Amino acid sequence: MSTDATLSFEEAMEKYDPVLGFEVHVELNTKTKMFSSAPNVFGDEPNTNVNEVDLGMPGVLPVVNRTAVESSIKIGLALNCKIAEYCRFARKNYFYPDTPKNFQTSQYDEPIAYDGYLDIELSDGTVFRVEIERAHMEEDAGKLTHMGGATGRIQGADYSLVDYNRSGVPLVEIVTKPIEGAGSRAPELAKAYVAAVREIVKNLGVSDAKMERGNVRCDANVSLRPHGRERFGIRSETKNVNSLRAVEHAVRYEIQRHAAVLDSGEPVIQETRHWHEDTRTTTSGRAKSDADDYRYFPEPDLVPVLASREWVEELRATLPEPPAARRKRLQADWGYSDLEFRDVVNAGVMDSIEETIAAGANASVARKWWMGEIVGRAKTADVDPSELGVTPETIVELNKLVEGGKINNKMASQVLDGVLAGEGTPAEIVEKRGLAVVSDDGPLLEAIDAALAAQPDVAEKIRSGKLQAIGAIVGGVMKATRGQADAGRVKELILERLGVEG
Amino acid sequence: MTELNNSELIRLSAAQLAAKLAAREVTSVEVTQAYLDRIADVDGQVNAFLHVNAEEALAVAAEVDAIRAAGGAEAEALHELAGVPIAVKDLIVTIGQPTTAGSKILEGWHSPYDATVIKKLRAAKMPILGKTNLDEFAMGSSTEHSAYGPTRNPWDLDRIPGGSGGGSAAAVAAFEAPLALGTDTGGSIRQPGAVTGTVGMKPTYGAVSRYGAIAMASSLDQIGPVSRTVLDSALLQEVIGGHDPFDSTSLTDPFDTLVAAAKTGNVTGMKIGIIKELHGEGYQAGVENRFNESLELLKEAGAEIVEVSCPNFKYALGAYYLIMPSEVSSNLAKFDGVRYGLRVLPEDGPMTIERVMAATRAAGFGDEVKRRIILGTYALSAGYYDAYYGSAQKVRTLIQRDFDAAFAQADVLISPTAPTTAFKLGEKLDDPLAMYLNDVATIPANMAGIPGLSLPGGLADEDGLPVGIQLLAPAREDARLYRVGAVLESLLEEKWGGPLLAKAPALGSSSTIAGGSN
Repeated sequence: MSTDATLSFEEAMEKYDPVLGFEVHVELNTKTKMFSSAPNVFGDEPNTNVNEVDLGMPGVLPVVNRTAVESSIKIGLALNCKIAEYCRFARKNYFYPDTPKNFQTSQYDEPIAYDGYLDIELSDGTVFRVEIERAHMEEDAGKLTHMGGATGRIQGADYSLVDYNRSGVPLVEIVTKPIEGAGSRAPELAKAYVAAVREIVKNLGVSDAKMERGNVRCDANVSLRPHGRERFGIRSETKNVNSLRAVEHAVRYEIQRHAAVLDSGEPVIQETRHWHEDTRTTTSGRAKSDADDYRYFPEPDLVPVLASREWVEELRATLPEPPAARRKRLQADWGYSDLEFRDVVNAGVMDSIEETIAAGANASVARKWWMGEIVGRAKTADVDPSELGVTPETIVELNKLVEGGKINNKMASQVLDGVLAGEGTPAEIVEKRGLAVVSDDGPLLEAIDAALAAQPDVAEKIRSGKLQAIGAIVGGVMKATRGQADAGRVKELILERLGVEG
Repeated sequence: MTELNNSELIRLSAAQLAAKLAAREVTSVEVTQAYLDRIADVDGQVNAFLHVNAEEALAVAAEVDAIRAAGGAEAEALHELAGVPIAVKDLIVTIGQPTTAGSKILEGWHSPYDATVIKKLRAAKMPILGKTNLDEFAMGSSTEHSAYGPTRNPWDLDRIPGGSGGGSAAAVAAFEAPLALGTDTGGSIRQPGAVTGTVGMKPTYGAVSRYGAIAMASSLDQIGPVSRTVLDSALLQEVIGGHDPFDSTSLTDPFDTLVAAAKTGNVTGMKIGIIKELHGEGYQAGVENRFNESLELLKEAGAEIVEVSCPNFKYALGAYYLIMPSEVSSNLAKFDGVRYGLRVLPEDGPMTIERVMAATRAAGFGDEVKRRIILGTYALSAGYYDAYYGSAQKVRTLIQRDFDAAFAQADVLISPTAPTTAFKLGEKLDDPLAMYLNDVATIPANMAGIPGLSLPGGLADEDGLPVGIQLLAPAREDARLYRVGAVLESLLEEKWGGPLLAKAPALGSSSTIAGGSN
């Protein structure tokens, strides 16, 4: 695996203008497959969720899954697309062992949805419109595992295993028009766009939208052109970039790589690239030209898909609140300021906060935990906050321990570390680490008496009614108990000791 | 139980057998065994069967007999054709029997599922005698392209039985089965029917589910009946027809008046149109004579004969040989040695998936199949698509319009089914274009999706071989074909003094009996 030369991102941006394009594949969560009655289930034993249709047995015929068509129309509507009244499937012919018929049934020049757009809000609130070329229906291929060989690719493998469980899973492929004018925000836009698509399909309930399972997969096209030139440069297509952070990194890397290639005076090769999460680089895949000949022709085994206007309007009426509107609503419900809310969104913890609130925490507590404790840890661990391993239930439990006076905030943070280290539930960790707030009043009273004796003038002030002076005594007590005392209880005892009404 | 001997039994029509079975004058086991005996006797000469399914057929027959013997509601509920045996073209997948499509690439393959039509035969409790020979993947007009040797025409064993369904037609003509299933993409039911003196029906596209018929050209393929009488085909089509949720292209409206139409044949006042382009030049004189004779009979029976013109039919063969191979090239891509069937490893060089696929397909497919895959791959290629596949689709529309115009002038159209009688084995094997021309009269119906029936029209004067008469009706008007076909059949049989097949030479052990004919 050779290492390609790269320019710094800043230098690349000085010299060139990036143009992006995305093909996002969304796996639909229909009960059955796109063209067969086999179950559409992830993670089962290989080659169990298949029937004769998925295996491309002689004599089989496809039948279109109506729910998949509905889901596709919903996606089209959510992407502000036009919905075709009449469209057909086509066969994309190529020989590859993950495709049992040696053609993929897809849509070619008659997509079900076309000419849409999606407004993407960047971290500073800038709204960038991404034009959608089309969203079309197709079937997924099987999954190949190449055994032996160094690269895990088919070249050089000793043999390959194929699992057809995924074969025939319904897909919607969303294709953007070329995205121009993003400039140095291209990597951020890339991430935000894929996040928005993922959010939309999840919100529609048409996909499980788990990128780590391949429910949402992104192919990122990048090309560069010198500033001021209209004609696009030659593009590369980085395949299967399967996390939001990877999308950002891949686009950034490709911009830097293209810039180095162009600087060297060589032409960029039109090809597919493979993304490597470990090195955050891409390597050359297969040369791809526009002349790839898939011998598309209309699928003769299927009748056209007719989407009557009545049906489309019925589906439109069932669409859930769009994510942007949802964000507005959540901000209002939670009472966050614009800045607070944008931080939450940019940190990628809005859904987590919503789930935490649903689990029983209030809005400010949920925000405090996610923004104050979890985001930082996620950054250190270099993962998305939602992938750190903190569940809403953990947070609710931690918060209950704090509010119940069992532990204070400082201890709660230590308990969280314990949870992430796999030491058990928060209650178990409090127990094991001996972190409970001191609640036996005996030692506390000793500490209080000592503190009052050490600061007689302060004690006098409190006695005379200047209750705000109590902080100095509380501080002394907390210091003496190494923070293990419950400050509220300390206050009560001090007042009691001095015979002052609280 | 029966007073008929086996030779008489196997010569009964399916309708006659059904009546005798219902009346318990004969058992299904007797009938089935008589056919199995006949197969054992003559199929060495004819080679109509690739697989004989004796055990299962007899088991089904015994089950029907037991139900009939027990009487009661279950016996009442038996289908009219229950216990009547049938042969199945080996392009249609069956559990429990191999399915080869006449190709080496599927040698020994057993389907894990039944075709919809097979499920329907099983539901009707019709014993399946076995699987019949065909041109490889149904590509041919002579059954010479089978990887398992040619089928021979029972009328003359040196001649072809037509194709691709030569096995089904020959089996029925040789009294090895009373009924058979065929598939018709460009004439594969009708042309074998014509050259073997049997009845073959290509129903309206979508009238019979294609699920489980190994696809040759999806937009043209149609399963249909092969029989010795028009009524028998109607009976069989009602068994196998109807909407199938597993075939999106299957029609939803029921075709349930076919048998009634065949029983009440009537042509009085009907307009029957001769298609100007489908007779005359290029048609054998004996074929023309028999065709004209049928026209006279229909006229005498009260039909009005008119002439219609279908000017675009001259492009039909060319367009067919673009659309069909295009679909073939894609439909046959799945035969790659990866999941089932033959797998051939390259003899030397690297063992890559591409090379295994290539070696498998090189060894597994015959020349005609390769020829069509190459043609179709070319026709669909970027830069050629519009000129070839695209233009051919336009021709298809023009042919449909020709039919629309013709059916505005006539209720039913009529032509010879094939331009010639059966040719000699090997005669056209090296001349694909001459072979393709055999289907010139049958292809337009596939291109338009309309039904076509071929029935025996007599024997050509010059060679004494059967001539087929083709009737065509608008889409969904299959009943009309049975109505007219039944009339023409009865008029002709009256003229001949019995079924045409009674004139066929004897086969098997009976051929050694003095005289040999019945």
